[in-house]
Amino acid sequence: MSYILTLLAKRLAISALLLLAVSALIFAGTEILPGDVAQSVLGQSATPEALANLRRDMGLDEPALSRYFGWLGGIVQGDLGTALTNGTDIADAIGKRLYNTVFLASTAAVVAVPLAISLGLLAVLYKNRWPDKLISGTTLAFISLPEFFIGYLLIYFVAVQLGWFPSVATVYDSMTFAERLNAVALPAATLTLVVLAHMMRMTRAAILNVMQSAYIETAELKGLSAFRIVAKHALPNAIAPIVNVVMLNLAYLVVGVVVVEVIFVYPGMGQYLVDHVSKRDVPVVQACGLIFATFYIGLNMIADIISIVANPRIRHPR
Amino acid sequence: MASNTNSTDVSKGATGTAGPLLHIRNLQLSATVYPDDAKPHTVTIVDDVSFTLARGQVLGLIGESGAGKSTIGLAAMAYGRGGVHISGGEVLLDGVDISGASRRELRKVRGRQVCYVSQSAAAGFNPAHRLIDQVVESTLLNRTATAKEARARAIALFDTLGLPNPQNIGNRYPHQVSGGQLQRVMTAMALCSEPDLIVFDEPTTALDVTTQIEVLAAIKRAIRKTGVAALYISHDLAVVAQVSDEIMVLKNGKTVEHEDTRSIIETPKETYTQDLVNVRSIEHQEKPPADTPLLKVDGITAIYPGTDVAVLSDVSIELSAGQTLAVVGESGSGKSTLARVITGLLPPAKGSLTFNGQALPPELKQRSREELRELQMIYQMADVAMNPRHTVSTIIGRPLTYYFNIRGRERKQRVAELLDAIEMGEGFADRYPAELSGGQKQRVCIARALAAKPSLIICDEVTSALDPLVADGILKLLLELQSRENVAYLFITHDLATVKAIADSIAVMHRGKRVRYGVKSDVLTPPFDDYTQLLLSSVPQMKAGWLDQAIVERGL
Amino acid sequence: MFSRIPISAIIGLTITSLFLLTAAFAPWLAPYGLAETVGGVWEPMSSQFWLGTDNLGRDLLSRMIYGARTTIFIALLATAISFLVGSILGLTAAVIGGWLDALLSRFVDLLMSIPTLIFALVVLSVLPANLLTLILVMGILDATRVYRLARAVAVDINVMEYVEAARLRGEGRVWIVFREILPNALTPLIAELGLRFIFQVLFLSALSFLGLGIQPPDADWGGMVKENKDGIIFGIPAALIPAAAISILAISVNLVADWILNRTTDLKGGRSGQ
Repeated sequence: MSYILTLLAKRLAISALLLLAVSALIFAGTEILPGDVAQSVLGQSATPEALANLRRDMGLDEPALSRYFGWLGGIVQGDLGTALTNGTDIADAIGKRLYNTVFLASTAAVVAVPLAISLGLLAVLYKNRWPDKLISGTTLAFISLPEFFIGYLLIYFVAVQLGWFPSVATVYDSMTFAERLNAVALPAATLTLVVLAHMMRMTRAAILNVMQSAYIETAELKGLSAFRIVAKHALPNAIAPIVNVVMLNLAYLVVGVVVVEVIFVYPGMGQYLVDHVSKRDVPVVQACGLIFATFYIGLNMIADIISIVANPRIRHPR
Repeated sequence: MASNTNSTDVSKGATGTAGPLLHIRNLQLSATVYPDDAKPHTVTIVDDVSFTLARGQVLGLIGESGAGKSTIGLAAMAYGRGGVHISGGEVLLDGVDISGASRRELRKVRGRQVCYVSQSAAAGFNPAHRLIDQVVESTLLNRTATAKEARARAIALFDTLGLPNPQNIGNRYPHQVSGGQLQRVMTAMALCSEPDLIVFDEPTTALDVTTQIEVLAAIKRAIRKTGVAALYISHDLAVVAQVSDEIMVLKNGKTVEHEDTRSIIETPKETYTQDLVNVRSIEHQEKPPADTPLLKVDGITAIYPGTDVAVLSDVSIELSAGQTLAVVGESGSGKSTLARVITGLLPPAKGSLTFNGQALPPELKQRSREELRELQMIYQMADVAMNPRHTVSTIIGRPLTYYFNIRGRERKQRVAELLDAIEMGEGFADRYPAELSGGQKQRVCIARALAAKPSLIICDEVTSALDPLVADGILKLLLELQSRENVAYLFITHDLATVKAIADSIAVMHRGKRVRYGVKSDVLTPPFDDYTQLLLSSVPQMKAGWLDQAIVERGL
Repeated sequence: MFSRIPISAIIGLTITSLFLLTAAFAPWLAPYGLAETVGGVWEPMSSQFWLGTDNLGRDLLSRMIYGARTTIFIALLATAISFLVGSILGLTAAVIGGWLDALLSRFVDLLMSIPTLIFALVVLSVLPANLLTLILVMGILDATRVYRLARAVAVDINVMEYVEAARLRGEGRVWIVFREILPNALTPLIAELGLRFIFQVLFLSALSFLGLGIQPPDADWGGMVKENKDGIIFGIPAALIPAAAISILAISVNLVADWILNRTTDLKGGRSGQ
């Protein structure tokens, strides 16, 4: 048991280290590259004096390293700084948006994960027969579709032509849960369709990989029923790869959220980030980038941890 | 060989006790293949094979790769791998034809009437479950025993099969148990549901010889004790002869000969069977070592980077020009590491190499082109030793250009000569490795080594991946080339029969140490040290009753 | 070997070639100019304007044809950069190994631990908005994936016995990389080329759709979706046309890449029909 704990501790430490490195990279990416924040705020026609004044006010004349640690220290305490464009507190602005984004992503995940796994299983059960070919062919097409194509198709047909759901996903505080679900129906459907294909293809591959193992043949030659072979012999070994697939795709979903929020004018983190990229509001971009990266790294870490825990070779060392 | 008298004990009141247990009649097995460049079509893998197997009898199925022996074994369970199916004939088990049985009917046959032991138990066991749970699984599903009885039965079988700590070994997971032990656990799993028939599919092929004899003895004892009938599949006639009452020789999916074991071994009728019996019986007159050795390996100790375990410790050998030194050992003996040290891939921690009276630099990078040319290497897997994107003429021609700057017409001429030397001919020059058979691939590798006109070739298990008859051809070729070109071989192998066929002197390796060394006749003459004794007595002999004798002598 | 190309791959090849030809001959094919206002806002499809007009009354077909040129040209350039940088560094890291390999690989791990789109947004928020920046950002961020593939393939090949045999012969690094490793690494890399190109098309389209890619009045397909998206809620499907074009291009290239990928597995070790 201590062996497994060491491995888990190691994995956690790697994630922490990675997060630190990512924060440095994001900071460096926005600070060291040409064109600084003061320039962005004042524009190309600013006088040198005005630039110098603003730089001093913002502390930009301090060395980059001390500014980085100042920034990082603030984040650790929940202080994400203030937006350049309107001077509001970033943490305040993000709070509600973060909730909205997580709500949208979770709704999509709740639909996509079981659907993808069942379709993957179905494809495996009917391997090389028409249901498998249909599913595989459709998903091959779907992984090539950009988010906005799916999104606008849904708006055009489902919202505009049929009028089933609103085309703009407006949410406000006083909404009931059902109203909120109704509002995010189309963006969640778009996200689901975007990750479904990948997730299903990878699930199919993961299960097929297990089903081709020699111990499945052993089980078959022991005269076990198809159900018992899958439930008792394939599933315990397929869980880790499937969970891995799910986590990797949820990480992908975090990225898909950005575009989908813009399509549906949904007040989440993604739209907030994109708005402020065009306004060149660096502190907001840094904060959002770091939060997205944290989710991404966290999900990848969970995937690895589950692989470690599910591996009998690690759970029961020699 | 008479049918065992105790066979009725295990018939469990089956209906057809009077007839044979298994009757295969005119069996034809086919598979559909889907090549890229042609339409899918059906190929026949096994054709018109018939035999009967009485209760308690053991039938050995023997043949080279592609003979269809495993396919037939699995057909006895009406199972086909990779789209193989029964396309003709009958498989009568206890008088009932199972060739067209439904899945539901087959489930009553598999794991109950017929059980299976595969070549690789390591892959055949589910890594997620404890061994004991897998061993008793079909017994419990058959409801022929309570959980407690099944467990007790499994533990008794572990004991019969000579597994250490039979009470507790079942609580382990597959990866916690060694390969030889897993193979025995798998046999216990097959025996646990008290079937009428077990299909053993090359159960000892993946094991070292000293482990093989233990597993073989355990299987034989278990068969005798339980009175179960068996199909024993192997490519090694000497192994099959030890456990079988009768032997069927197969070639390309057809029966060559089917007789009782003694007749097959002692008076084979068919030429093919005679070849199989006489395999590895090349006579080679040993040459005395010369005064000055071509290669001198002195006190070599080797450690892999990043570890602190010595894979080789204080190994010294000498090899005379134009002679063969066989380095023999099991897996983990360090014999391949020795090759890496000599070729300069792994510089030794201690010791020195002398070649042709000159010190040989320990590292590959420090060696001159001439030193590299003099020392060539041939690998076990000819498949991966040749670049799949190069033609045979590039593979053989490159050393000519690299070492001798031979190009154009002259190079083409030389490649043709080399292809003749390996008995293949010019026509193969433009082929890719994928278009060659296993034996042809190894021959091309030999030609590549010869092209450099070396005085020493290191042969690393060069015949181990080949079928016995093909391997014999390669050995004969190597001997002939040696007498013609006066090239020395450092021949690394785990197979003592090969050693006898070609060595002038022998070094026996065990756990990184040289335990016995000298000219062949000395090394193979008693008194032996313990390990050499064990190794020599473990090699299956091509005679009936060898195993029984070995069991008695060793007290296995 | 090419005697039986599956129907899906033929369709993919045909459509991909059509797109490439359109991009190459855009000025000759387009009936109107790129930024020329020729009609009313969002006119429906007609014999005059085959695909209708856009949000500023420009001919949508003409903009689609010029858009093909921009989209494909930029995606190709970015793919070329990501491939050159990624495969050269990947092969080098695999063959030389040691600290260079460790350093490059850890840096790539770091870059890949941030989602590409997010990292691109962070970087584009400070860099000047021009074509060169865009192509470089797209190329370099994606080079990480090519690096990983090239390195993995080369590491696999590097330990093969035929490479060892070449080393024992005394061959230099040039022979080993170009004659032993590269011919065997080429097929998986070429299949990956298709996938990387698709990714670049989608990536560029996403950036332009978010208003951070190609700047008006120039247009790529992603930008055209953005220009016309407001029409959707009024039932005007103009934005769907460029979006569909992106999808069709991506699917076609995918079909070709899928076929090459399947062939690769057959060729490895020369075991066909397996």
